[in-house]
Amino acid sequence: MITAMTFVIALYIFMLAAFTGYEVISRVPSILHTPLMSGSNFVHGIVVVGALGALFNASSVLEQVVGFLGVMLGAGNVVGGYVVTDRMLAMFKPSTKPATPASGAKS
Amino acid sequence: MILLAYIVALSALIASALLVYGLKRMSSPVTAVSGIVTAGWGMLFVVAASFLQIFSVSDAARPHIVVNVILAVLALVIGGGWAGWKGRSVAMTAMPQMVALFNGMGGGAAAAVSVIALTGPKDTGIGQLLVTVAGGLIGSMSLSGSLIAWAKLDGRMNKPIRFGGQRIVNAAFFMLTVLLGVMAVAQYHQPGGGLFALLFFMGALLCGICMTVPIGGADMPVVISLYNAFTGLAVGLEGYVMADPALMIAGMVVGSAGTLLTVMMAKGMNRSITNVLFSNFGEATAAAATGPQKEAKSVAAGDAATTMRYASTVIIVPGYGLAVAQAQGKLYEFVKLLQAAGVDVKFAIHPVAGRMPGHMNVLLAEAGVPYDMIYDMDDINDSFADTDVALIIGANDVVNPSARTDKSSPIYGMPILNADKARQVFVIKRGMGMGYSAVQNPLFFQDNCAMVFGDAQAVLSKMVEAVKGLAAS
Repeated sequence: MITAMTFVIALYIFMLAAFTGYEVISRVPSILHTPLMSGSNFVHGIVVVGALGALFNASSVLEQVVGFLGVMLGAGNVVGGYVVTDRMLAMFKPSTKPATPASGAKS
Repeated sequence: MILLAYIVALSALIASALLVYGLKRMSSPVTAVSGIVTAGWGMLFVVAASFLQIFSVSDAARPHIVVNVILAVLALVIGGGWAGWKGRSVAMTAMPQMVALFNGMGGGAAAAVSVIALTGPKDTGIGQLLVTVAGGLIGSMSLSGSLIAWAKLDGRMNKPIRFGGQRIVNAAFFMLTVLLGVMAVAQYHQPGGGLFALLFFMGALLCGICMTVPIGGADMPVVISLYNAFTGLAVGLEGYVMADPALMIAGMVVGSAGTLLTVMMAKGMNRSITNVLFSNFGEATAAAATGPQKEAKSVAAGDAATTMRYASTVIIVPGYGLAVAQAQGKLYEFVKLLQAAGVDVKFAIHPVAGRMPGHMNVLLAEAGVPYDMIYDMDDINDSFADTDVALIIGANDVVNPSARTDKSSPIYGMPILNADKARQVFVIKRGMGMGYSAVQNPLFFQDNCAMVFGDAQAVLSKMVEAVKGLAAS
């Protein structure tokens, strides 16, 4: 099923993606490190798609249980990562706009 | 069915483009908010499209598909609902541990995918199985390690656990776990393979715990960032196993971006990653702390405020203590009064101020401080010598001059803010206690330094009143 060519293509994808990640981050001001860590945390939440695929194809109770856990954890990663990143980024305002104190905090 | 496969595959392509583009936009403060929204749409799209897979499941799974879909929706609602509620209600100061927790969940999801691939239908090739094991190992370590990091940052686990020969024991245990993983692949077609797989995953979880417990709380941000990269890598590898290029791309982008971010954070503390992971930082510090004890000068809050009111330049160095006292809002109120009086006020942020790089920026932003008043260490460090007053609030190690001079100090070599070079230094601090690295700070005993003892919130309230009083008289 996996031929030599598809294996090599996979390696190419990994290589190019690794360069992309490096480029995307390399010139980031340190004020954005925390939101960006959180943002990349959100992006790897795409694992929920893999977990969903595994759960849809589950044919035993073990697979269903593990798949359920996987989807639940992955969904937590996605939603939590998004909410937290969004909350942090909503607070970055330049002083040209009138500063409204702490409007980003909804709690 | 071919058409369906195309739709699923192409939606994954669009989603990965949106995710990477969103991440790129997140790397500038101007476009950052739209960046996360872009990435969010990408994610929503790909998750929705993945439901099309229910029409093309394997024959073995077809009788279970209704149950599986119900389980999937339930899992999405429970996991997403809980995390959404948690993420919305958590305080900004507790953000680092929240990120750690969500990251651990992602690692756990990757590990779950790996479990299913290792115990599932017996038609997977050996190369794929080895990749599965690698992803499962990294994902499991990320899960348990992130949970330990969360516990440490959340104050549930205060002392690092260390013992003699720990590194050798950990290394041996890691090798054993890898061996178990290889055995699980070798025994894949035998009935005993499941046992090896079980032992392997338990070993991998324990590896993550063993790796994290000896690391001190001050280093946790670097560790979380590393586990973030780990999870990305695990997701990428599981993407290969699931033959899903979107997972491969998103996972690997985060893997490399996270690694770079980790290196940048470690550099901010003048440490290497191996140094963070394998050195017992902060061990010999109890002895170093009993140095020469002089009396530090102290000054009343009102007097310090008056000095700043009539200064022409003030640089504020905020630390985690400010956030703990929830005094950012009060601080900004004080700053606005100073600005109204014509004082040039800037904020100087050390790369590791707060509990994560950039954490302090977020905390100040929460209080409404515009980000163009906030300066990075490299941009402002030369200005301290021409500054009338440096006001240090709840920071300690990041302004400790012994990092420049004292070779025996555990923080020697760490880049610091040159606050000690200002003409006058005020330090708002609760007492003479030491910072996170438990190192004595000679700055407090300098002639140009005066301590303002008290809780940051209370002291700043007094300062605000003092300046208002001056304006009224």
